[in-house]
Amino acid sequence: MSGDALKDLADYVEEELDNYVKGYVFIKNELVITANFKDIVLVLSFLRDDKECHFEILSDITAVDYPEREMRFEVVYNLLSLRHNYRIRVKVHASEDSFVPTVTELYSVAGWFEREVWDMYGITFEGHEDLRRILTDYGFEGHPQRKDFPLTGYVEVRYDDEQKRIVYEPVKLPQEFRNFDYLSPWEGMTSVQFSGDEKAAVQEHGCFINKKTREAES
Amino acid sequence: MTSASRSNIVNETDIAEGTQIKSFTMNFGPQHPAAHGVLRLVLEMEGEIIKRADPHIGMLHRGTEKLIEHKTYIQALPYFDRLDYLSPMNQEHVFVLATEKLLGITPPKRGQYIRVLFCEIGRVLSHILNITTFAIDIGAITPALWGFEEREKCMEFYERVSGARMHANYFRPGGVAQDMPAGLTDDIMDWVGTFPKYLDDVDRLLTDNRIFKQRTVDIGVVSKDEALDWGFSGVMLRGSGVAWDLRKSQPYDSYDDFDFDIPVGKTGDCYARYLIRMQEMRESLKIIKQAIEKLEGMDGAVKSDDRKVCPPSRAEMKSSMEAMIHHFKLYTEGFHVPAGETYTAVEAPKGELGVFLVSDGTNRPYRCRIRTPGFVHLQAFDFMTKGHQLADGVAIIGSLDIVFGEIDR
Repeated sequence: MSGDALKDLADYVEEELDNYVKGYVFIKNELVITANFKDIVLVLSFLRDDKECHFEILSDITAVDYPEREMRFEVVYNLLSLRHNYRIRVKVHASEDSFVPTVTELYSVAGWFEREVWDMYGITFEGHEDLRRILTDYGFEGHPQRKDFPLTGYVEVRYDDEQKRIVYEPVKLPQEFRNFDYLSPWEGMTSVQFSGDEKAAVQEHGCFINKKTREAES
Repeated sequence: MTSASRSNIVNETDIAEGTQIKSFTMNFGPQHPAAHGVLRLVLEMEGEIIKRADPHIGMLHRGTEKLIEHKTYIQALPYFDRLDYLSPMNQEHVFVLATEKLLGITPPKRGQYIRVLFCEIGRVLSHILNITTFAIDIGAITPALWGFEEREKCMEFYERVSGARMHANYFRPGGVAQDMPAGLTDDIMDWVGTFPKYLDDVDRLLTDNRIFKQRTVDIGVVSKDEALDWGFSGVMLRGSGVAWDLRKSQPYDSYDDFDFDIPVGKTGDCYARYLIRMQEMRESLKIIKQAIEKLEGMDGAVKSDDRKVCPPSRAEMKSSMEAMIHHFKLYTEGFHVPAGETYTAVEAPKGELGVFLVSDGTNRPYRCRIRTPGFVHLQAFDFMTKGHQLADGVAIIGSLDIVFGEIDR
């Protein structure tokens, strides 16, 4: 799959879906299209049925959580065209309250993918016939893949010999959860500034320019 | 059986016409030998016919994706061994490729060939297990007894190269952990010489076996359009007549240096999928042979010499301060991966295994989505079994080639 062909495809899709596609970008030579979540069915049906696109396989639906954003979720659709040997990624932004239209009408495979995204992130898919949890326990509460859900979870489960049944209890850790943060403050870490860091950024003094300043300058 | 209880059995012909057979719901699993792991099926039956199947999964859910978000890239790698534990190195491969893509590095040729070699051994490992357990499901024991002996030999190759039979943790971003020990290529070559005999034996036992064919031919037929609609990949897709293999169409590592064929089925039933798996093992042997021939004629590094990603050798660490620092940094902080995202997929034995990796520029993945073929294929179980008998449902599960490590993640 050559880069030029993919560029042509991107221009073509943007032109054809002018009102629905917000824009496209190439990340590591992979084409990513951003759309409005309300238009997702229209965008995907175009990508599936148009002769130039022909994305007949929906490889994956997933989501990414950015809690600091207003529309905190990115729902990501990965498509594959066997005929042209292209891959394309469609992204829509959604919040906790948005109802993303389901694409199960277009691709049967979307059923479980959407169930998993609902289970893990709590994004609701409107029109999905069977939006149950899929991977977590029966009666589970919360959406574990969200960034604000702790890694250890809230409840633990064991078999109680006296009651002769499974019991759920608040999670008790015999040893405190240790999350080793080895991230060095000296490189790559751009979100925190320690006192003295500003000196490193001054160009004439040092040989070392901090990444944040470098980005700001460019 | 006493004569009293015998009289209670009702013959089908005894049922008066117009009698309504009430459908009932049946639980299959989660602990059932034919469920290939912890699969719970809620089956709506009408007599012996399956009306609706609702697979309940997640019994083996370990939160791999969440855990990976809390680990550095090197620490995340062993989790991939534990997805599809029948072909561990193929799973590592996809994560390693995705990381390399974000880092913008390419491993040296020798490293790539070693990866190809062990991926194909992994494919054989997975297909042997699938075919033999599939045969057990429908009544043939012998292939499994022989097959596990062959699998053990393959796992010994894994052990010799990485120290572990299953959870190898051998592929690393930038190449492989270390070079192969001396003499291993010769032993693999010997095995390549003897393994076709096992395949021929299985062929003789199963391929023309009347019972085997009765249980598999025309069972679980998937048309081409259905296969695309349900997002099939790998053997499931090729069984339905679609010539598609990521090793050919989107070659990764050095797969375009190898000469091999892609078997494609015609009928889309369980039997076609069995035949493809058998043929794919023979093709894998071709690749293994070529890989060893290439490896024997070449020297050089097996991993990238970028010390910000690949650790230095032990010997170097003893004499070089810089090597020591690199080693320390790599195994505490790990390497930083530039911000970006990628969807990378490989042709795992079971189908397209993809990783959607999002990096925010730190030493840990921001998001690592693992798209596993088994999850997709099991979803189609409902439509594939509709109208089949319960025993055919078991044959279909066998031909789906599912492993719960990768479905539940």
